[in-house]
Amino acid sequence: MTTIISNQSFWAIVIMSAMTLLLRVLPFLVFGHRKTPAYISFLGKYLPYAIMGMLVVYCLKGITFTAAPFGLPELIAVALVVVLHVWKRNTLFSIICGTVCYMILLQTMTH
Amino acid sequence: MKYLKTAFPKTLPVLAGYMVLGMGFGILLRVNGYGILWALAMSIFIYAGSMQFVGISLITGGASLVSIAVTTLMVNARHLFYGISMVDRYRGAGHKKPYLMHALTDETYSLVCTGDVPEGLQPHRYYLTISALNHTYWVMGSVLGSLVGGLLTFNTAGIDFAMTALFVTVFVEQWLTTKEHRPALIGVEASVLCLLFFGADHFLIPAMILITAALTMKRKVLEQRDSFEQAAASQQQDTLTLDTKDISMFDNKEDCV
Repeated sequence: MTTIISNQSFWAIVIMSAMTLLLRVLPFLVFGHRKTPAYISFLGKYLPYAIMGMLVVYCLKGITFTAAPFGLPELIAVALVVVLHVWKRNTLFSIICGTVCYMILLQTMTH
Repeated sequence: MKYLKTAFPKTLPVLAGYMVLGMGFGILLRVNGYGILWALAMSIFIYAGSMQFVGISLITGGASLVSIAVTTLMVNARHLFYGISMVDRYRGAGHKKPYLMHALTDETYSLVCTGDVPEGLQPHRYYLTISALNHTYWVMGSVLGSLVGGLLTFNTAGIDFAMTALFVTVFVEQWLTTKEHRPALIGVEASVLCLLFFGADHFLIPAMILITAALTMKRKVLEQRDSFEQAAASQQQDTLTLDTKDISMFDNKEDCV
């Protein structure tokens, strides 16, 4: 069982590495000798904003609102991170406070 | 040594960030049953912070290799654009170029994209030093996290929220630094829509397609607004000496919206 898991995980890491490297090398191969197409520049400018929104949703995809604790730990902790970050603009501070808050809420609400 | 001395101070913010985030990654990986070798391999070869966090949930969730490939391409798509803007600067780097390309993370990009190389230093060697230092911090952080993760005796349930918090802070940071919120909203809306429609296990790829399509449809509007803002910005150049009263008024207005 462990070898199956490890095998799958091994290839997962190989693929993630290869795809990441591909993305990092491709521009140098393709645009090394000509100008960037306008559409690509456009995507390059606006895609990051949208993808980050998607990743936030991806992280919260497991919430169930119909059963205890009704997604409350997530919602409260996310709200805390937003407020702290707007206030202090300090990434590490926001992350640490938010995570500790979430751990406390989760562990007290589900036990 | 001269290069190290000059580059090291520049990388200090990254040192702090990478050590903490890297540790978070190492701990999380360890808590999910993957030890130090996995942390090392991922941090050396993938070397992309947010992707490695997503990667943990992909690996432990048993995602298929195809969806892992597509997810990696979408989550890391922004690296295309880092590359595009470094094409000129990394030209002629010779044997240093393969590593420079591999090590071009968000943070490294933020340090090298300004292009201000201290006087008397050879640019590519300076970029290489910055890149290697940052990479070292990241690997050190994740290894340390992996070691610490094995020693944790308290209840670690919920520690994976660190990834959520990371993305939320980046989202907020991006939100605060631009007035154009439509792309961010498109990202959230398209994802929620696809989540409801396709379910938690299969929504990522449809969401990415929908996001790209929606952005493409809004291209004209976004680019018009963009050029309008640029024109406004260049007009404002002369009157940029706003006093603090104006700024605080402006802040209040933003808060209300």
